[in-house]
Amino acid sequence: MSRLPNQPGELINRGKAIRFTFDGKAVEAYEGDTVGSALYAGGLRTFSRSFKYHRRRGLLCCAGQCPNCIVAVDGAPGVRACIEPVREGMRVEHLNAQPGLELDVMRATDIVGGPFTRPGFYYKTFIRPRKLWPLYEKVLRHAAGLGVLRKRQSEREWRTEYRRRHADVLVIGGGTAGIGAAKAAAASGADVVLVDEGPVPIEPIAGVEILGRASALGYFDGIVPVWQGDTLHQVRARNHVFATGAIEQPLVFAGNDLPGVMLSGGAVRLAQLYAVSPGTRAVVATTSDRGLDAAAKLLDAGVQIAAVADLRVNRTARARQLAERGIEVLIGHTILEARGGKTVEGAVLGPIGVEGGSVERTFECDLAVVSGGFAPATSLLLQAGARTRYDAARGCFVLDQLPPNVTAVGDVAGVDDPGAVAVPPPVAGAGHGKCFACLCEDVTAKDIKLSVEEGYDSIELSKRYTTVTMGPCQGRMCQLPAIRLMAKETGQSLEQVGTTTARPPWVSVPMGILAGRPFEPAKRSSIHARHRELGGNIKWAGDWRRPYDYGDPQAEALAVHRAAGLIDVSTLGKLLVRGPDAGEFLDRLYPNRFSDLKPGRIRYGVISSDAGRIVDDGTICRIDEDTFYVTTTSSGAGAVEEWFSWWLADWRMRVQLTDLTQGLSAVNLAGPRAREILGELTDVDCSPDAFKYLDGRQARVAGVPCLILRIGFVGEIGYEIHFAAAYGEHVWDALMQAGRDKGIRPFGLEPQRILRLQKMHILVGQDTDSESTPFGAAMPWIVKLDKDEDFIGKWALEHYAEEEPATRLVGFTLPNGHVPTEGAVIMDALGSPVGQVTSSRFSPVLDRVIGMAWVPSPLARDGSKVTISDEGTTMQAEVQTRPFYDPDGEVLRS
Amino acid sequence: MSFLLTCPNCGVREVTDFGYGGEISSRPRSRPTLRELGEYNYFRRNRAGVQREWWFHRSGCRAWFIAERDTRTNEVLLTELPARSDGGGAG
Repeated sequence: MSRLPNQPGELINRGKAIRFTFDGKAVEAYEGDTVGSALYAGGLRTFSRSFKYHRRRGLLCCAGQCPNCIVAVDGAPGVRACIEPVREGMRVEHLNAQPGLELDVMRATDIVGGPFTRPGFYYKTFIRPRKLWPLYEKVLRHAAGLGVLRKRQSEREWRTEYRRRHADVLVIGGGTAGIGAAKAAAASGADVVLVDEGPVPIEPIAGVEILGRASALGYFDGIVPVWQGDTLHQVRARNHVFATGAIEQPLVFAGNDLPGVMLSGGAVRLAQLYAVSPGTRAVVATTSDRGLDAAAKLLDAGVQIAAVADLRVNRTARARQLAERGIEVLIGHTILEARGGKTVEGAVLGPIGVEGGSVERTFECDLAVVSGGFAPATSLLLQAGARTRYDAARGCFVLDQLPPNVTAVGDVAGVDDPGAVAVPPPVAGAGHGKCFACLCEDVTAKDIKLSVEEGYDSIELSKRYTTVTMGPCQGRMCQLPAIRLMAKETGQSLEQVGTTTARPPWVSVPMGILAGRPFEPAKRSSIHARHRELGGNIKWAGDWRRPYDYGDPQAEALAVHRAAGLIDVSTLGKLLVRGPDAGEFLDRLYPNRFSDLKPGRIRYGVISSDAGRIVDDGTICRIDEDTFYVTTTSSGAGAVEEWFSWWLADWRMRVQLTDLTQGLSAVNLAGPRAREILGELTDVDCSPDAFKYLDGRQARVAGVPCLILRIGFVGEIGYEIHFAAAYGEHVWDALMQAGRDKGIRPFGLEPQRILRLQKMHILVGQDTDSESTPFGAAMPWIVKLDKDEDFIGKWALEHYAEEEPATRLVGFTLPNGHVPTEGAVIMDALGSPVGQVTSSRFSPVLDRVIGMAWVPSPLARDGSKVTISDEGTTMQAEVQTRPFYDPDGEVLRS
Repeated sequence: MSFLLTCPNCGVREVTDFGYGGEISSRPRSRPTLRELGEYNYFRRNRAGVQREWWFHRSGCRAWFIAERDTRTNEVLLTELPARSDGGGAG
């Protein structure tokens, strides 16, 4: 590890060594180093291989602005080595080079590439034959790219979090200007958030939340997503202060991507902050005094300066000072070529505006320091609505207009770059080798010329064709050079060429951070533990975790027919509708009537939309004059509550809605012996005459206050028992205990589906869709068009009552035992689809296959035959319009 | 889309807290023609400008309220609980 003597202001702590590995080899570093500075100190010059040509790339900016030092850290690709602090034991690896950085077989693309690597080549070539594309894609993906994702799923997933942060002021950029703005805002009492992505921690500031090592990704409608480690902060601030600085621009010349070509800021940072000598002998090429300052600083750090090329034609005071120190300063000169194999070995300097020949001079050096001026980092500001204009004197785009509540401070508002001048486009034909405009995507000056020749003559089109500015640097290094080249090739001014649209993300960001942590909220009933103990086959049912069966759905269904079954129906939506207008309110919401329902009685209802379509269904029990207990489907619970409260908000009736879905549990006890079982646990008279079908009773069951609804979704005598959720296990256990010697079995969702299908009780959303009307769904009886009052859906239903629906929902039976897939097609004689199967099951009690389907209305009568096409198999089904089991409801009412 | 909404009950919240109910439409008071019914059910003004619309505080107090919002800028000019029935609009 070679280090310079102590530098004033160095960041490293020479007393504390840190060890990590690079491509498996041990690397020594000091605390305060970045991965980049430590590797450079250790002698590494080639940090990465380029995107397309697999050329060597080395440290360029040392400020996190360029793509050259991107590595993988602990398996995560896309890490900028130059701003990544070293950590003990971290595992750093190179990207995009096989088998290694020193020997990369894909170098062939550069050496023999020629006509095969021009922009658009693969769009034009690999489209034929089309069926070979998957193969092409595999090869191309391997050849290009910036890294490989971790292979194992477990390594690819990590826990990320969203955080919302509201603030008075958000300051982006923790340089001098940003810290100053944050302090000033905090001093005035504002709640301030400061974001900085640099490797050096910022000293705490009272009243300021500092998000260090964090990147602002973009500006979205007032929200700035800030990526910090495993957290994405979504910062919403009243005021935004952008202190994003300015970005030193590279120069475009032959070999400008060779390791050893370094921006002046990068070379100085390496020397001053990390005490690492960027080279032993340097050539400096600059367009402003910044490069001259850098030359002086490097000289101070012990680097020899072979020569300095100053693009400007006037010799400035600083140039004279350098000359006084014995440095040759070539005025009106620039760098034409960097030469070398693995790193810079020499640089060719020449006067500007003179093509080739004897005036060129070659200097031996191992470092080419370049400075092409500074471009304000306006991307985030542009996303926030700011405008820029071309400043011809400085040769860059500067801020022109700011939107309200947005401030720009520091270099982004105006770079302190004395004597900066506009940089001319590179001299055609000067030097040998490729001139890169875009290092991320390996776009050369020639490629941009080609794109113009092919007709992509605007910067936005050229961007899409060549992919210039689309790489990880997001235009930091390449936008301005590309605009200059476009201006040169099209004969336009830079103002006319303009900039590409600034878009997020401003830094490369892992998809996982944007996706956040996957949330899958699971609802479990208060009886859930029992279902597990009983061997329930637990599956998702919407948001709920529910037992589909307890091992034998057919036997469970038969138990309900022969003895008794118990099912947890806590998932049902449960709404209490209370108030003097409650009955009228429900009359307006349902196509049938509820104001005339007697207390203690239950009525089925279907909710229709104003378009006459079925929205949901359920039972309604009138508890007393002013109180109705409304149940909804499990999946519709939330939507129905919203629907009810929406209309209530509009109608302003004397009604109070209470959603009891989460607060109450419910079980359905059904079967011929259900009455006996319930009778053992309650004082209420359960005899057939005292507790009739569609009666609702408030009574204690096993000591727990319950609402007992005698309804028959599954077709046998049934009691739906609703009670406070806390008593879930108690009531369940009591019923199971009471039914033990009477053959009770718990039954799950699957047997319930068999049972309800036998009764042709529809499942909204399964047997109906957004087009289904009560008439088509064979429930004309629930629509009371004789109701004088208006109700939701009345006008549409009046219309549908007079119109024959194209298809109707009917039952069907199949003789051959094949259970068609739900969704199978009903075909007409010509083989065209005319309907579909919505439900189908084998019924153990009927010993045949039954189902429901939408069939053309003319076929919707008992005994007609329909053809079902199920994944290539066709079969004849017979239509049945009345329930398969207990068609007259005698069992249900008994 | 991202902006803040002021729930009349709960105060300022992120828009993701809320459900959108769409522009306030006018539910026909007497039996409409089929065309009027179709327009009420399926057609919206889709105004580029300030419109009155329904919002539901789904992740909060679960109240429906009315907002006036400029659909071009997402600037919310006011929010209020519905004071009276304006002849239907929910749904």
